[in-house]
Amino acid sequence: MIGFWRKIYAKNDNVKAYTLLSPALILIILAMVVPMALMLSFSMFTQVNMMEIDYTFTFQRYIDFFQKNLLVTLLIKSIKISFLVTLITLITAYPVCYYIAFYVKKNKMLWLVLLTLPFWTSYLLRVFSWKIILGTKGVINSSLINAGILSEPLTFLMYSETAVVITLTHAWAAFALLPLYVSLEKIDFSFIEAGRDLGLSRFEVFWKITFPLSLPGVIGAILIIFIPTVGDYVTPALLGGTDGRMLSNMIQAYFGKINNIPLGAASATIMLTTVILITIIVSNVTKRLTQRLT
Amino acid sequence: MNEKNNTLLIYTLLYFVFLYVPVLFLPIFSFNDANYMSFPLAGFTTEHYEEMWSKRNLHKALWASIKVGVVASVISTTIALFAAKAFARYKFRGEKISYGGIMMPFLIPEIILAVAILIIWINLGFKLGLVPVTIGHTLFCTPFAMLILIARIEGFDFSLEEASRDLGENAWGTFFRVSFPLYLPGIVAALLLSFIISFDEFILAFFLTGSDATLPMYMWGQMRFVQKLPHVLALGAVIIVFTTFIVLLAFWLRNVGQGKAKKDIAVKL
Repeated sequence: MIGFWRKIYAKNDNVKAYTLLSPALILIILAMVVPMALMLSFSMFTQVNMMEIDYTFTFQRYIDFFQKNLLVTLLIKSIKISFLVTLITLITAYPVCYYIAFYVKKNKMLWLVLLTLPFWTSYLLRVFSWKIILGTKGVINSSLINAGILSEPLTFLMYSETAVVITLTHAWAAFALLPLYVSLEKIDFSFIEAGRDLGLSRFEVFWKITFPLSLPGVIGAILIIFIPTVGDYVTPALLGGTDGRMLSNMIQAYFGKINNIPLGAASATIMLTTVILITIIVSNVTKRLTQRLT
Repeated sequence: MNEKNNTLLIYTLLYFVFLYVPVLFLPIFSFNDANYMSFPLAGFTTEHYEEMWSKRNLHKALWASIKVGVVASVISTTIALFAAKAFARYKFRGEKISYGGIMMPFLIPEIILAVAILIIWINLGFKLGLVPVTIGHTLFCTPFAMLILIARIEGFDFSLEEASRDLGENAWGTFFRVSFPLYLPGIVAALLLSFIISFDEFILAFFLTGSDATLPMYMWGQMRFVQKLPHVLALGAVIIVFTTFIVLLAFWLRNVGQGKAKKDIAVKL
C-alpha cells in the first residue's frame, strides 16, 4: 500500500507540488479566506445593541453605507488620495529607475539596496517623522519662522490631505521603484538603438519603445501601491486631521468605539470590491493605451 | 549606453535625499534637549535614551514584539520554504492561482485582513492578544519570505539533489545534507526580513492585541502626549539603527554564494 502511494508520488509533479504547497495553502485558507468569508457574512447581519447581533441575512448594511454621505465621501476621498499617491509615486520614481537601469554601470545592486533600505524602517516611524517635518512647530515651519520668511506657521501642511499624500508617496516609494526597475532593466537596448537609427526623436523613442516595454512594471506598481493605500489607516490618523480622514479610520471606529461590526464589515467589503474593480479597469485601460501607442 | 545624463543623475540624488532625510530627523531630535521638535536645536542630551531604561511598559512591549516576531518569522519561513520549493522546482496545474493566492496577503489592504481575523477570533470565543497577532503576522510575512526563497532556490542546480539521490541518500538526507546548506543563506535572510516586518507591523497588532501591546502599539500610545515624545524619538532611533543593521545583514546573506542569480534576487524584493 505504501509502495503504491510512493509510486504515485514519485511520478506525479502535481502531487509533489501540492504536498509542498499544502502548509501555505492551509494557512491562506484558515487565516485569510475563511475569515474574509465570515466578514462577508457579518456584513449582512444587524447590530441590535452594543452586545447583540441579529443573524438574519439582509443587504441593509450596504444600503446604509450608500445612504450615509460621510461614508460615501470618505470612500471617494480614499480613492482620490490613493490615486494621487500612485500617480505621483510612479512619475517621481520612473526617472530614478530609468537612470539606474540605463546609465549606472557599476554596483547597480548597491543603488537598489540603498533605494529600498528606508522602506524597511518601521512604517509607523516613517509616518511619524513626517509629523515632525510638517507639524505646526515642525521642521519646516520652525525653520521658515526662524529665517524670518514667515511670521505665522503654515497650517495647511499638517492635518490635511496634502500631508497624507506627501507621506504616503514617501512611504510607498519602494513599491514603485522595484517593479519599474525590473521592467526597465529587462528592455533589450538594441530596440532603443534601432529606434534611434530609424530616425525617431528621443521623445518618440521613449513613448513608442521604452515606455510600452516598461508597462508590466508600471501596472505592477499600480497594483501594489493603489490597492493597499486605499486602506491605509496610520497616515490619515496621524497626519490627516479631519480633512485627510480616510475610510479606514471610520472602519476602525465601527469595530471600536461605535461598535457596529456589520456596518464595519460592509464598509470593508465595499472598499475591497471597489479597489479591485478600479485596478482591473486601470490596468486594462493602460494596456489598451499602449497597444495604440505602439 | 555610453552617454552620461547629468540632469537625471541630479534628479536621482535629490530623490535619495527625499527618501532618507525624513527618517534622519528622528535620531537628530532624539538628542535634542527639548520637548518640541523644532529648530534651532536646544542642546545635546542623552537623557531621552536613559529614560527608556525606566519604562516598564516599554520593556514588556519589546518582549511581546520579540516573541511575536520570532514565532511568526520561524513559522512563515518554514511554510514559505516548502512553497518556494514547489514553485521553483515543479510545473503543475493551478500554479498561477496558488501563487496568486499565497501572495494575496501582501496585496490586500492590511486593515481588511485585520478586521477579518478580528471577527473570526472573537466569534470563536477567544481572547484578543499576542496569539491572533502572531497568526496575522505569519500570514503577512509568508509571501515576503517566499519571494526571497524562490529567488534563492531558482538559482540552484537541481542536479545536485539528483546526484545525492542516485548515490543512495534518501529524501530527508538529501534535504538536510544537500539542499538545506545551499538554501541556508536564503533561509536566514527570509527569517531576518520576516522578523523585521513583524517587529514593525502596526495595523494587525492595533486590531488584535487587546491589552498586550507590541512595540509599535506602545509607541502609538505614547505619541499622543507631547511630554512623552522625546523618549519615543530615542526608541525610534534605536529601532531604525537595529532594523537597518538586520536588513543589511539579510541583503548580504541573500547574495552569499550566489553567482548569476544575484541580480534577480535583488530585483524580486
